Amino acid sequence: MPLTRVLVGARGSTKAFPLISLEQLEETGETQVSIATIGQQLVNGVTLGGMYALIALGYTLVYGILLMINFAHSEMFMGGAFVGLFAFGWLDNYEFFTGSGFGIALMFLMTFVISGVVIGLLGVLIERVAYRPLRHAPRLAPLISAIGMSIFLQQAVLLWITPRQVPFPNYLPAGSYEIAGISINNIQIMIIGSSIILLIILDTFVSKTRIGKAMRAVSQDREAATLMGVDINRVIAVAFFIGPALGALAGIFSGMYYGSIKFDMGFIPGVKAFTAAVIGGIGNLRGAMVGGFLLGIIEALAAGFLSSGYKDVVAFAILILVLVFKPSGLLGESVVEKV
Amino acid sequence: MLKVDNIHTFYGQIEALKGISIEVNEGEIVTLIGANGAGKSTTLKTISGQLTPAEGTIEFEGESLIGTAAHLVTAKGIVQVPEGRRIFPRMSVLENLEMGAYLRKDKAGVLEDLDRAFELFPRLADRRAQKGGTLSGGEQQMLAMARAMMARPRLLMLDEPSMGLAPVIVDVIFDTIKKLNKEGMTILLVEQNAAMALQTANRGYVLEIGKVALEGPGKELLHNEQVRKTYLGEL
Repeated sequence: MPLTRVLVGARGSTKAFPLISLEQLEETGETQVSIATIGQQLVNGVTLGGMYALIALGYTLVYGILLMINFAHSEMFMGGAFVGLFAFGWLDNYEFFTGSGFGIALMFLMTFVISGVVIGLLGVLIERVAYRPLRHAPRLAPLISAIGMSIFLQQAVLLWITPRQVPFPNYLPAGSYEIAGISINNIQIMIIGSSIILLIILDTFVSKTRIGKAMRAVSQDREAATLMGVDINRVIAVAFFIGPALGALAGIFSGMYYGSIKFDMGFIPGVKAFTAAVIGGIGNLRGAMVGGFLLGIIEALAAGFLSSGYKDVVAFAILILVLVFKPSGLLGESVVEKV
Repeated sequence: MLKVDNIHTFYGQIEALKGISIEVNEGEIVTLIGANGAGKSTTLKTISGQLTPAEGTIEFEGESLIGTAAHLVTAKGIVQVPEGRRIFPRMSVLENLEMGAYLRKDKAGVLEDLDRAFELFPRLADRRAQKGGTLSGGEQQMLAMARAMMARPRLLMLDEPSMGLAPVIVDVIFDTIKKLNKEGMTILLVEQNAAMALQTANRGYVLEIGKVALEGPGKELLHNEQVRKTYLGEL
């Protein structure tokens, strides 16, 4: 049987990635700031940051191409977790998958692919029905449409699947390692490893492949890209597949990390990831990656050294500072004004 | 090769083109000149599919282009170098050129054409790894032309290639236009610099507020009294 961990109580899913180890850390006394504490919070922060980065990429990809903020993106994260739950549940019926280490690895891979593809296609569909008809409308219209889509998706899961917090299975062997007083468990290793691999793949895709270059070209000058023969709608569809697919995987990671999922789980991580995208420079892919990890680490350190209650304060204070002193974001390009 | 017949194009309520008819034959340089707002750029944008005419026909090699999306017009062999050059600022010179060849599948041919582009504009070869946005205006214009050539167009449309450039660079650009034409490229050229354009072109059209006011061989228009007064600044 899979080991399931349910996170209960008031610090349920409305909190973004609650840092489980905080209370223990606080008990060790605030005066004892050790290297190990910093190291531990770095591990927690990078785990969190990997998830933020994966979600942030979806915001930044769409913004870069359409100059619109896809407020429904946080629901891709939530939806990915639910599709992941169903995929795990379905594959769990087959002994082939649960019987051996190889089977379990294959089960993870298949769950990632199923969830990524289903949510990717959902993203493409949402663009078709909710955003494309508004492409030439005033900029506020697609934003409102996106908010509507977000509410629709949350309520759809609430009504048709479940309004409750549901446990999320964890098929990884429960292992934890300790190096120099810093502990890291199998889930964290998987989340950090997978998110870094996915980020490298995406970075390579965008800089090396034909369609990836077309995406960059469209985000830099849509009209010129059209004149080169780039089909804008195809590029938009690709962006609306990749972003939600990555968000969906982050949703699965989150489910595994916290042990449970719920229809409204996307909201706060969505806001945080959007913040990460802005900190890094919205529209800039590497910026979203850097912003995601940075935000995760800052939050974890704030939680470790101040109090977990302060982590959101610190995260959004950083956002305000970046917006005041470098509005284009840390890696944002200064906008070339046309004469 | 290209036959535009009586097109009317609107920007919202404003009728920018009020029945323009022009023709470009294979191997020619044809120029459209006229004041600001005469409809030169609008004509190019209508041909390239960025704007759809409310009325009229556009035929390219016997096929109608009306209703063809802009990226498909490019696929048919009409490539436009847009006004203001529109280089991809955060892509390298090389990547910009590769984008020009976006629709091509013949890798060997693309590599050959890259060499040719660098031969045509040696300054670009020195800067192939530099970001497009860091180039000077003249270099950007060269890159924009080289990028369009990477598509192996059948018809090259240039919108204000001399705009904002130093006279020395304008000469380079026009020399290149002549050279490309000598190698067989058909060119439709929109220019504010009427003197340069008419000297270079086989034929020209003078546009005035959305209509063709005059047409004829370039040299003839160059000596037309009305053109000299209105567009060449003679009193």
